[in-house]
Formats: sequence, structure tokens, C-alpha cells
Amino acid sequence: MSDATLASTAPPAAAAFPAGGLRRRLVPLGLALVAPCALLLVWQVAVQSGMTRLIPSPHEVAEEMVDFAVGGIWDDAFSGTLLTHLFASMQRVYGGFALAALVAVPLGLLIGRVALVRQVMDPFLQLMRPVPVTAWLPLSMILFGLGARSAFFLVFLGAFYPILLNTVFGVRSVEPRLFEAAEMLGCRGNAQFFKVVLPASLPSIFTGLRLGLGLAWFVIVVGEMTGVPQGLGAVIMDARTLSRTELVICGMIVIGLAGFVSDRIVVAVMNRLLRWSPLHHV
Amino acid sequence: MSKLPIVDIRNVSKVFTVGGGEIAALRDATLTVQKGEFVCLIGASGCGKSTLLRIVAGFESPSSGEALMWNKPIPGPGPDRGMVFQDYGLFPWLTVRENIGFGPASRGRPKAEIRETAERFMALVGLTRFADVYPHQLSGGMKQRVAIARVLANDAELVLMDEPFGALDAMTRERLQDDLLTLWGRTGLTVVFVTHSIEEAIFLADRVVVMEPSPGRIASEHRITLPRPRDVASPEFNEIRRELSARLHSHHAKTAA
Repeated sequence: MSDATLASTAPPAAAAFPAGGLRRRLVPLGLALVAPCALLLVWQVAVQSGMTRLIPSPHEVAEEMVDFAVGGIWDDAFSGTLLTHLFASMQRVYGGFALAALVAVPLGLLIGRVALVRQVMDPFLQLMRPVPVTAWLPLSMILFGLGARSAFFLVFLGAFYPILLNTVFGVRSVEPRLFEAAEMLGCRGNAQFFKVVLPASLPSIFTGLRLGLGLAWFVIVVGEMTGVPQGLGAVIMDARTLSRTELVICGMIVIGLAGFVSDRIVVAVMNRLLRWSPLHHV
Repeated sequence: MSKLPIVDIRNVSKVFTVGGGEIAALRDATLTVQKGEFVCLIGASGCGKSTLLRIVAGFESPSSGEALMWNKPIPGPGPDRGMVFQDYGLFPWLTVRENIGFGPASRGRPKAEIRETAERFMALVGLTRFADVYPHQLSGGMKQRVAIARVLANDAELVLMDEPFGALDAMTRERLQDDLLTLWGRTGLTVVFVTHSIEEAIFLADRVVVMEPSPGRIASEHRITLPRPRDVASPEFNEIRRELSARLHSHHAKTAA
């Protein structure tokens, strides 16, 4: 009593490190490096051929990056401060993001599942949504003062909506059939929340978390316009005032890398938790 | 006529309100099912066969009339009536083992018992090898085996099947029909099975209930006394097929006129 159509789609448990595994890892890496390298090349050529005088060469930026990271070249106010600024920004990004997730996921689950909460909260949240984070900047400085708390709040705002909307969407789009199946098997009422609603909306929740964390890094520069002394956004704003474009670019690169690494971590957790879903392996 | 029927449907009608208008999905249906019986409901789309099944399952309540199980009104969906859907309705985030153990787990059975039950019913439907596989990795036929095992593992005494093999290829369908009959013979289950295939109905059922559309209603009942396993190519089988086919099509002739 078995259909013979499965064997080939059985879980790839044995695919850990077979021969050629290294190659299989290096090829995607090589392909992924094509576009960044091309950009570097164009940049170098453009600067060398004198197309612009305002943008430093990749070499100058690299030099600045070393100084920014470990010091020993310029020995100015920014030398060797990368980690300090990175940690300051990370605290705000992860703090704001974590708070956004802690509020948005439960709220989204409730809005999606409970009609009363939806009727009370949804119009209000939809009205607030179009207001850009940048527009909140002045008000946030009045409410939370100059400094880290303002930045924290702005990051929270930026991450909040994608998490909330995707969670609501996930809850609303659970297949009705699964509720019938659960009920007919004796799982009813509130038990369905944890046994059906939550797992079924997990893919959407993760999409929201990914977008939210991305946006958290996205708004960190705005968030750190609020007069914080430390942070990558603050560095970029200061460097701009001082016309140190190479330092601006360093800040951009570090934010890009930090955002990328953050996203990979979320994806790794997601792939682990959603290994049942054929559509959510990135 | 002395035995208490497991299912007793008395003059049940069901009206759906759709966009301001009313649609009579089922009118004045009366049907009893005895314990251990295999009953097939057959008819064209819109004849109310799925509605009738969903009323027995407890997903719908009758607009009028009474739907009884063991002489008590059906209160809603419950583990005593297991439904097997055409689209499987498996939980994609649970493995085969966990899907089959879902019912016992929902009823708070001890872990060891859930595990043992899942093992037993995986073996019964031949899926032990695929215990830790997720539904998206299974073929349609295997998914439907999981759905059947899931219902049986939950001690359902009445299995309701809504065109369960409708989405499967012919080979898989025949195989599952055979296996279902074997299971039914071995377990003493009661099965109510909705299909639109005359052949499937005659092959499986003790009794075939023919339904007609607009409004959906029960038109006739036929007891199938052919000994099992039934040979779909035999003259007796074809005799019954012709008769049922004529019944089903007489209605179309009427509406077409």
C-alpha cells in the first residue's frame, strides 16, 4: 500500500557535504560578486578619467575604512571608532525592531482574528500609515527629546507597519479548510489559535519581519539625525557637514553590510522554522 | 427496521442566502444510515450531495428538518465524524506522523499514546516510511491516505468523504478504492461517500443514493448486492450502471426540454 511517486522528493538529508559540495557553494558566491565588482570597476574608471572631482576613489574609501575601523592612518576624531558607532546603531536598530515585532505581531494576530479589534484599530492604523517616518522626526524630538530615544522611536515606527500588515495578511489568508479540518478533529476555539492560525501565518509573519528589519536599517540615518553623538547615521551626517565624502561612503557600506548580515540571520531562522513550506526557502 | 440508525436525516432542507437571493441547496431530504454501512451519494453538481454531507459533518446546520446521529441532534463538527476532503486539508507544517497524531493530541491524550496511535495508523495506510515527511513532499494519493489515517486515528466511527479521489489519476484512484474497501471491511466503519462517478459508487457502496439538482433533493436509492470484490467489467455491474445512468440522465432530459 504505497504510491511509488515519492522517492525522489524525500527530504535531502544525505545532501550535507557530498563530493563537489565546495564547488556548489563557491559558484553562487562568485556569481553574487559579479555586480559589486562591476560597480567598483565603473567607480574606479569614472574617478580616474576625471568624470567627477567630488567623489573619492575606491582606494581612498578603502583607506578611510581601515582608519575608521582600526585607526592608525589619519588619527582624527573618527579613527578606530567603527565598532562604537556600529554598536550604537545596532542597539537602536535591534531595539526598535524588537519592540516593533513585540507589538506588531500580537496586534496583527488580534486584528486578523478578532473582528472587534479590527474595527477599532484598523481605520486608525491605516490613517497613520501614509505618514512617512521622516515627517515624524520633529514631533519625535519634541516627544522624546534629542538623542537616542528619538532614534529608537523612529526605527520602531519604520519597522512596525510591514510587520503588522504582513501578520494581518497572514492571519486573514489562512485556508478556511484548515479550520474545518481542525474542528472536525476536535481542536476548536482558542486552541485553534496556536495550532492553526499561528503556524499558518508564520510565512507571512517572517516576510514582515524581514521587511521590518530591512526598514529599520533603512531609517537609522533619519533616526540618528536627532542629534545623537554616536551611530552610523550620525557619522554620515557629521561627515557630510565636514565634506568628508569618503567617510560618508564608509558609513553607507557598513550599514549595507550590517543590514545584509541581519537579513541572513532572519532568513536562517526562517528556513529552519519554515522547512515545511516549499515556497519559503531563500 | 428495529435497529437504531447511526445517522438519521429527517426532512432536511438547506437554504443559502447568496447576494440577497436565496438558493435551495437541499430540499426535504430524508436518509438513514446503519452502522457499518457504506453509502454513496451521487448526482450532478448542485444536487446538494456535498451540502448533505456537510450537514452530517456539522459544518452546516439544516434550515429546517432534523439531522440526528444516534438519535441526538448533530451539534457541530466533532471527532466522532471524520471528514476526508477532496483537497486533503492536511496541515502543511506538520509531518505525516504529526498530522495523523493531530486529533489525539487535540484531545489531550498522553504523548506515548499519541505516538503509538500515529505509528499504528501510518502502518495501516502504508506510510510508515514517510513518517517524517511534510505534505508538500507527498503525491496526491499519499496525501489522501494521510487524511484517511488522520480521521481513523481519531476514533471516528463515521467517515464522511467528499469526492476524496476526484483529484487523483485513474490508477491511484482504483488503488485507493481497493484499499478503502479493505480498511472498511477490517474496521467495521460506517462510510458516507460523495462522488459524481457512477462506477465508483457501484464499486464501493452497499447502497447508492441518487440525487438531483435544482433544487437539490434525493431522487432514489439503490441497494447494491453484488458480492465484493466487484468486477467493473461484469454484465451484472454494467446492468446496474445502465440503470443508474438512466436515472441520472432522465433528469437532464427533463431540464433540457
